[in-house]
Amino acid sequence: MNAPVLELRGLGRTYGTGAAQVQSLIGVDLTVDAGELLAVMGPSGSGKSTLLMLAGGLDTPTTGMVLVEGKEITGLPRRKQAALRRRSVGYVFQDLNLIPALTAAENVALPLELDGTSVRKARTAAHAALEEVGVRQLADRFPDEMSGGQQQRVAIARALVGDRRLVLADEPTGALDSATGEAVLRVLRARCDAGAAAVLVTHEARHAAWADRIVFIRDGRLVDDTGRQEGAESLLAAEGTR
Amino acid sequence: MSIKHGLLALLDQGPRYGYQLRAEFESRTGSTWPLNVGQVYTTLGRLDRDGLVVPDGEDGEGHVFYKITDEGRRELREWFDEPVSRAGRPRDELAIKLAMAVTVPGVDVAAVVQSQRAHTLRALQDYTRLKARAAEDDLAWQLVLESLVFQAEAEVRWLDHCESRLARRDLVAPAPAPLPADAGGGAVPPDTDDERSDDRAAPRRGRIRRGNR
Ligand SMILES: Nc1ncnc2c1ncn2[C@@H]1O[C@H](COP(=O)(O)OP(=O)(O)O)[C@@H](O)[C@H]1O
Ligand SMILES: [Mg+2]
Repeated sequence: MNAPVLELRGLGRTYGTGAAQVQSLIGVDLTVDAGELLAVMGPSGSGKSTLLMLAGGLDTPTTGMVLVEGKEITGLPRRKQAALRRRSVGYVFQDLNLIPALTAAENVALPLELDGTSVRKARTAAHAALEEVGVRQLADRFPDEMSGGQQQRVAIARALVGDRRLVLADEPTGALDSATGEAVLRVLRARCDAGAAAVLVTHEARHAAWADRIVFIRDGRLVDDTGRQEGAESLLAAEGTR
Repeated sequence: MSIKHGLLALLDQGPRYGYQLRAEFESRTGSTWPLNVGQVYTTLGRLDRDGLVVPDGEDGEGHVFYKITDEGRRELREWFDEPVSRAGRPRDELAIKLAMAVTVPGVDVAAVVQSQRAHTLRALQDYTRLKARAAEDDLAWQLVLESLVFQAEAEVRWLDHCESRLARRDLVAPAPAPLPADAGGGAVPPDTDDERSDDRAAPRRGRIRRGNR
């Protein structure tokens, strides 16, 4: 058996001290295998973004550890963490984080270029990723020349570019209309079906439903899990007998 | 669910017999609402009685064909023209259940909400999986599935809403002592039945017990 693409063990994060202390995440255990799309749902402030930041090595846990493809990233030197992020982990930030001075294609190509890929190769990969999310025609626009939904798709392309094994997406469908949101979910689904693993934070059940498994987080703890699902026909049969 | 109008819509496209109607009904709605052939014949009998369809001969194998009448076409137009009444739908068992749960002492309402939500989400995952598999050009089936998806989503949102209402009620009015039935046990402080004592002001999850409001 291969190691899970992502494994969280007893993960906790506390912000602040004393009376201002906030336990953002408490003892979270979670594994995501290759081919799996996991959705995380929960009320606002429940710790979803915290969980994702820790999983992506963008923040350091107070307790527990994060393993990516069996390797603990928690203890890695900053430089190595950053390299891992560029190479294996794609991240869609809740607030997008596109670089205003770069075009869509340059934004998407950046992680590859930083990782030593030639500019030409990086640019080709960037165009492919933009195509995948349906905004190839926007390759030469700057972020402030695009709508919120278009920027969001560029941010998703940046997370998908190259051959990322793990995609972490924080409310990636927030600014998208219902049909475009679905198109993005289909892209994520296809990536997972092709062997990647992804964690999707969303408050929309309709989007979470593209996942193999949906977990709930409340007050920093995982409280519920739909389990891995297989086979839909049984449900429709049951529905018919109502 | 209107089998009657569904059959009229199919017959509007030409005469058909019972088995045919059943098969077509199911293929249009992707077997979401399986029909048995008995239901089809009972409904045809009623449509015939009401003058909306008439028998239209038999084929060599003894299948009785039916065709739609002008009266039937009028009925079908009206069905398409009028919005589906919300009042005529089956009573919402879940809403009734939760209304009862919040008033009946000793019910773990949060657990009711949570298990329902997990169930509804699993259904939503199933519909979505079917959608992913459905042919892009099978618009009828796509629309039926999307109807199920949006209904399930609405239920999940409503459950989320119920949950935050419950949480807020708990913050405003701390849970009173346990049920009167708990005689002699002495009052248990409201928090000790929850293992998560490190949850400061955060809304409590899990056991919500109260004798009255
Ligand atoms: N950098 C931070 N400093 C202090 N508190 C934080 C910080 N980041 C998040 N929190 C707190 O942690 C909790 C969870 O936040 P977050 O993970 O962003 O929730 P969600 O994404 O589910 O809305 C909140 O109470 C939030 O205020
Ligand atoms: Mg967040």
